[in-house]
Amino acid sequence: MKSIEIKELSLSFGEVKVLKQLDLDIGDGEFLVLLGASGCGKSTLLNCIAGLLDVTDGQIFIKGKNVTWEEPKDRGIGMVFQSYALYPQMTVEGNLSFGLKNQKVPKAEIAQRIERAAAILQIEPLLKRKPAELSGGQRQRVAIGRALVRDVDVFLFDEPLSNLDAKLRAELRVEIKRLHQRLENTMIYVTHDQIEALTLADRIAIMKEGSVQQLADPHAIYNKPVNKYVAGFIGSPGMNFIEGAIETGRKTTFQTDGIKIDLGNYEFAEEAKSGKAIFGIRPEHVVVGAEVASQPYKTTVEVEVVEPMGSDTLVWSKLQNREFRFRVDGQSDFEAGSKVKIGFDPLRASIFDAASEVRI
Amino acid sequence: MAIEPRGTRPGRMLDPTRIMIYGVLIVAAVYYLLPLYVMIVTSMKGMPEIRLGNIFSPPVEVTFEPWVKAWDTACTGLYCEGLKVGFWNSVQILIPSVIISIMVASVNGYALANWRFRGSEVFFTILIFGSFIPYQVMLYPLVILTRELGIFGSLYAVILIHTIFGMPILTLLFRNYFASLPQELFKAGRVDGAGFWGIFLKIMVPMSLPIFVVAVILQVTGIWNDFLFGVIFAGTKNFPMTVQLNNIVNSTQGVKEYNVNMAATILTGAVPLLIYFLSGKYFVRGIAAGAVKG
Repeated sequence: MKSIEIKELSLSFGEVKVLKQLDLDIGDGEFLVLLGASGCGKSTLLNCIAGLLDVTDGQIFIKGKNVTWEEPKDRGIGMVFQSYALYPQMTVEGNLSFGLKNQKVPKAEIAQRIERAAAILQIEPLLKRKPAELSGGQRQRVAIGRALVRDVDVFLFDEPLSNLDAKLRAELRVEIKRLHQRLENTMIYVTHDQIEALTLADRIAIMKEGSVQQLADPHAIYNKPVNKYVAGFIGSPGMNFIEGAIETGRKTTFQTDGIKIDLGNYEFAEEAKSGKAIFGIRPEHVVVGAEVASQPYKTTVEVEVVEPMGSDTLVWSKLQNREFRFRVDGQSDFEAGSKVKIGFDPLRASIFDAASEVRI
Repeated sequence: MAIEPRGTRPGRMLDPTRIMIYGVLIVAAVYYLLPLYVMIVTSMKGMPEIRLGNIFSPPVEVTFEPWVKAWDTACTGLYCEGLKVGFWNSVQILIPSVIISIMVASVNGYALANWRFRGSEVFFTILIFGSFIPYQVMLYPLVILTRELGIFGSLYAVILIHTIFGMPILTLLFRNYFASLPQELFKAGRVDGAGFWGIFLKIMVPMSLPIFVVAVILQVTGIWNDFLFGVIFAGTKNFPMTVQLNNIVNSTQGVKEYNVNMAATILTGAVPLLIYFLSGKYFVRGIAAGAVKG
């Protein structure tokens, strides 16, 4: 069953088109992450779903009901904001009960729901405090609690972890995932952080300039990006791109000056055709040392800069005068200026058409 | 031995910059306080002492007679009932004007900041434009308007006029303050099912004490010090304190009673002064929070 359906949604601010004819279906109980660089329209889309922005065109359905012009409160949603947006003059308890009082929920039930939410989020000792007396992590818990007590079908998260430090972010991320597993309701989560997206999502929608580039599960997004934008956006550091051409003959190869890669085992979407193309390989799919021997493609690069990061080491090198990054085990030792043998398997690569930048 | 920073600490009191700063501040303070001193001293002297002409000398014989006279029996034109009549008129004008104008303007500002409706920008521009038009241009039309409404020459007229003229600046003040509050709070309120008034009264107003204090100060001082609207719209019986003060000070009959004039002036100025003393902290905070931005 579909939880949320978005049909040809458009939104313009004057001349600027923020969302362009956007279609999106979200399944019941699904965790969908809207991922994109700032200004791509992901938060705008979330605000449209919440009913905080009026759409220019298109329809939004929640649980099969057309809610395009409904007030936020009537949509059956709860929302968590980046800045927590707790009401500063109310206690935690007041914050949690505010929405319920507006809905005229009986007092006994309010108390019961608050108790339940507080237990789930472990904020019972904080109920009598004001938001100013809480830490960032506690505030965001309360903000999640405010959505929780409303007992809604759909949770909307607008970059909820962006204001927290790295350690807390990792903790709360796990907690949100746990919450989703426990409650099993639909969650839409906006972020610009790809780690959050990959770890939390059932499916990720990568957005660019008001439209969805790719909607797929994290595995597919990472391994089979549909175009060069998605390929470059996911992964840190980004994918290596080499411009060249595909030659089909006795063997299908990718060629450019000084490089010739046999594409024997690459899974083309359609039958391979000759023509200009971009070859992409992720830094972490490049191997060094003894493993090189077993790789279909081997070559030598010149090391330029070495960045040890503890668990991994990131190496910036030159492959036939092209910048080429690869990520290896943190224990390996390279020196700038030295020559290193590397290898990779074209099966793990992504090849894009040079003109349309679409995966081939 | 503990490690100490090298050299002596930078000087505290007597470096040239500080002497300059305090020098200028002291001169400025004296410049403003001297007239006040003269007023207080003069108001506590008897007339014979004033005639000696030493305006800076403290009173030899302290008397509060001029204060009593200014309040109770000084002649303001036809009547000789002192300033007290004007004081109560001013209070009757002040309280409703302040309350009504702030109530209306805060809702205006909230609507303009948070509920963007079609034409809200135009509406706001017109309102701001209103604050640049000199009062005098609008006086005669307003006289006709209040006459047609049948309230010309009454307290209602002055209250209405003060409310209208407070609107542009107060709306600007409130709009900028509400716009500076996090928009997400407003969104959270909508998701939580609070309506226009619910968000305003339960979320926005409790967060806005400083700007309300600023608005109260601006309105109290502005309305209390007003002369023009009082003299035109209030009618002879309802003249506010400022008008009656003018009538006392500018009376052309008999001896100029400087001590009574001084006492009357201090009495009239006491209310705004008191407001500043009581709420100065909030005033600075609120101005910094709301009025500068936007």
